[in-house]
Amino acid sequence: MSPHVILRVVSKLLIPLIALFALYVQFHGDFGPGGGFQAGVIFASAIILYALIFGLDEAKRAVPPSWVRVGMTFGVLVYGGTGVATWMLGGEFLNYTVFAPQSTHAAGQHWGIFAVELGVLFTVTSAMVAIFYAFGSRAPEMTDEDW
Amino acid sequence: MATLFEHFNFVVVIVLMMTGLYVVFASNNMIKKLVGLSVFQTSVFLLYISLGKVVGGQPPIIAEEDLHHAPEAGAGVAKAGADAAHAGAGDVAHGAHEAAEVLYSNPLPHVLILTAIVVGVATLSIGLALVVRTREVYGTIEEDEIDNLDYHKNLEGAAK
Amino acid sequence: MQIMSILPEWILSHGAASIVVIPLMLAVLTALNPNAKLAWATVLGVTALSVFTALGLLIQVMTHGPIHYNMGGWVPPLGIGYYIDGLNAPILLLISGVALLCTIYALPSVAAEVEPKKKGPFYAAFLISFAGLLGMVVTADAFNVFVFLEVSSISTYVLVAMGASRDRRALTSSFNYLIMGSIGATFFVIGIGFLYMQTGTLNMMDIARVLQEIGPGDRVVQLAFAFIVIGLGLKLAMFPLHMWLPGAYAYAPSFFTAFLAATATKAALYLLLRFTFTVFDPSWDYIATALMILLSGMGILGMLAASLQAIFQNDIRRVLAYSSVAQVGYMLLGIGMATTLGLTAGYLHMLNHAMMKGALFIAVGAFWYRFGITQVSDMRGLGKTMPWTMAAFTVAGISLIGVPGTAGFVSKLKLAQAAAENGWWWAIGVIVTTSIMAIIYIGRMIEQAYFQPVPEIDGKPVVRNEAPMAMLIPLWIMAAAALVFGIQTEWSTSLAEAAAHVLDAGPNTLIPGAIDALPDAGGH
Repeated sequence: MSPHVILRVVSKLLIPLIALFALYVQFHGDFGPGGGFQAGVIFASAIILYALIFGLDEAKRAVPPSWVRVGMTFGVLVYGGTGVATWMLGGEFLNYTVFAPQSTHAAGQHWGIFAVELGVLFTVTSAMVAIFYAFGSRAPEMTDEDW
Repeated sequence: MATLFEHFNFVVVIVLMMTGLYVVFASNNMIKKLVGLSVFQTSVFLLYISLGKVVGGQPPIIAEEDLHHAPEAGAGVAKAGADAAHAGAGDVAHGAHEAAEVLYSNPLPHVLILTAIVVGVATLSIGLALVVRTREVYGTIEEDEIDNLDYHKNLEGAAK
Repeated sequence: MQIMSILPEWILSHGAASIVVIPLMLAVLTALNPNAKLAWATVLGVTALSVFTALGLLIQVMTHGPIHYNMGGWVPPLGIGYYIDGLNAPILLLISGVALLCTIYALPSVAAEVEPKKKGPFYAAFLISFAGLLGMVVTADAFNVFVFLEVSSISTYVLVAMGASRDRRALTSSFNYLIMGSIGATFFVIGIGFLYMQTGTLNMMDIARVLQEIGPGDRVVQLAFAFIVIGLGLKLAMFPLHMWLPGAYAYAPSFFTAFLAATATKAALYLLLRFTFTVFDPSWDYIATALMILLSGMGILGMLAASLQAIFQNDIRRVLAYSSVAQVGYMLLGIGMATTLGLTAGYLHMLNHAMMKGALFIAVGAFWYRFGITQVSDMRGLGKTMPWTMAAFTVAGISLIGVPGTAGFVSKLKLAQAAAENGWWWAIGVIVTTSIMAIIYIGRMIEQAYFQPVPEIDGKPVVRNEAPMAMLIPLWIMAAAALVFGIQTEWSTSLAEAAAHVLDAGPNTLIPGAIDALPDAGGH
């Protein structure tokens, strides 16, 4: 039996819950502490936990580095794209009310914040995972005996 | 003495700040310098957050009943954050003010700190990447040993 | 004006935001780009667009007055506002113009210094640094300044470290810069925190208004001023806080050194001007004392110490780096006088110095590109082997010394006039002394290039091998600018005078812009 049985079993139970909690924090940002950055870091920690327990190669198969690179840029483009969309609809940069000018309860603001927080989520998750991959892929120069 | 206890948060901030700065100045090891820098930046976060504390403040979301009591509260007012990773504080009311006996806490310092934390994380990650590369190129991360290794190169760049 | 009709209406109404947003968004696209040529073309397009936008904004400010842009539609002080007036519009143009010229220079230079598959991320980091500098200059929200300051600084740390493939000391220089730069930025944010504590707002105009109400006696505001000045002083390489500069300039890739030397300290200097003269009130005692003793004093010390150190360096880039610290000292001396003439002189020197140093660093990069030269002693015979490059280097060098007919002379003369008007005769003595030191360290290089025989390899003299056209064009544009602005002084002087005018008016220029927004019940 592999020596890390407990870790493997427990993480298999927990990692989906961590990811779910990240999504909860993301959407709860409207009503309490939360939002894109926190959710992104929590989501990234789920992926990093998987990498720590099951190995970097397995993690790279689950979340390939190319996805991560694209994810970083995609998030920034979503955020900037929301701003460009507000430009096109005639307002200043990031003036969310132009998304729903007729609404009385600021629906435009709601959609705008939702979109930019989504962008932040993508960027932060990808950035954290990319940092982890970059550091984790460096070959160690000391053998285990020297430690 | 009483002042010290009243302004306890400032004492903590100052102690952490000076500790962090001292570690940056006095360390030879690159990673220790980064640790000192992180402690220094953390003290700043504590400063902001302790300043922004409103005792008895509620989350700055206007509850339904307040809409009737406080017509000037208006619709959600959000402060547009910076371009860098900005964590939304969501729909947010004004700063700490009393609107029909409801005390709201001030979300602005928290937003500022979130941004500053992200900046700190980015700086730390670049610093660590530099440490890794320095280790690969020089074989050491102690600054005096690095200076020794570069000694002759530096000499030829100096007075002739 | 004629030029305004060429630019679409959109640029003028949204220019303040687009000048920052477009480089940022295209930066991420460039990062993904595997094709180096396409990445370079994107950067070229972005910088060209920024130059047009900055030109349009400058003309609009000169003709119609300051521009207010409310990000997200939220009116300051509730929202973040961007504010462009006579003080920062020329700097926008300066940063984008230098970026465009350096990008043309980058085509051969980066090809030689950066590995092919890293060029996409390299250009992306450059665009982020560019956007960060522009954002720093344009914004009117104090915390937004910190964010853009860090955005530009972090990408600068990365770009400086990219020079490690050429010289491994780039890694330690970048680490040094990282530590010092982060401490500086954190000091700045501590100052902003104290200001927020006392005024309850982050918008510069609102802070100015509230500070006028609070008055000069408040200890916390004095402390905030101290932290802000030290934080910015570290970024602009004020004398004892300049230790990061020689390493960062010397070992970064040549394209980036040329850009950094011409722009980074200028943006931080603009921020110092903005905070000292228009947010805080320069008529208050402690600020006037700080200006005179701290800024001018450190300026003088920087001029003397750095010029002296420049004489003793053998690495060309380190000579120019220490010279940059000395030139920042000139600017601080002018600013510390706090008179209109002094402020004009300091601002003018800022604009001129960018042109001169940019040209010098581009020429040095060309020397390395063709012959691998980094030491002054290796510059023998460059007058014959690279005549055009060396000629431009000479022109920029004599402008740095301050020979009449060049831009450097104009600003140094103004500085001396301002010192005389203030009664600071010793300052004139220091200016003359440091100009003599400049003659020594620049003259050493010119003497090596023109009066020493061409070096021989295997008995045969080195043949003439001029720098590529892509390097010569921006080099000569900048060197010619140093000459033209020395003869036709109207343009640059009028910009500097407009800036000094803004600074003279003090906080009162900003306060009309502090729009009292929604009836904010209870305020802060």
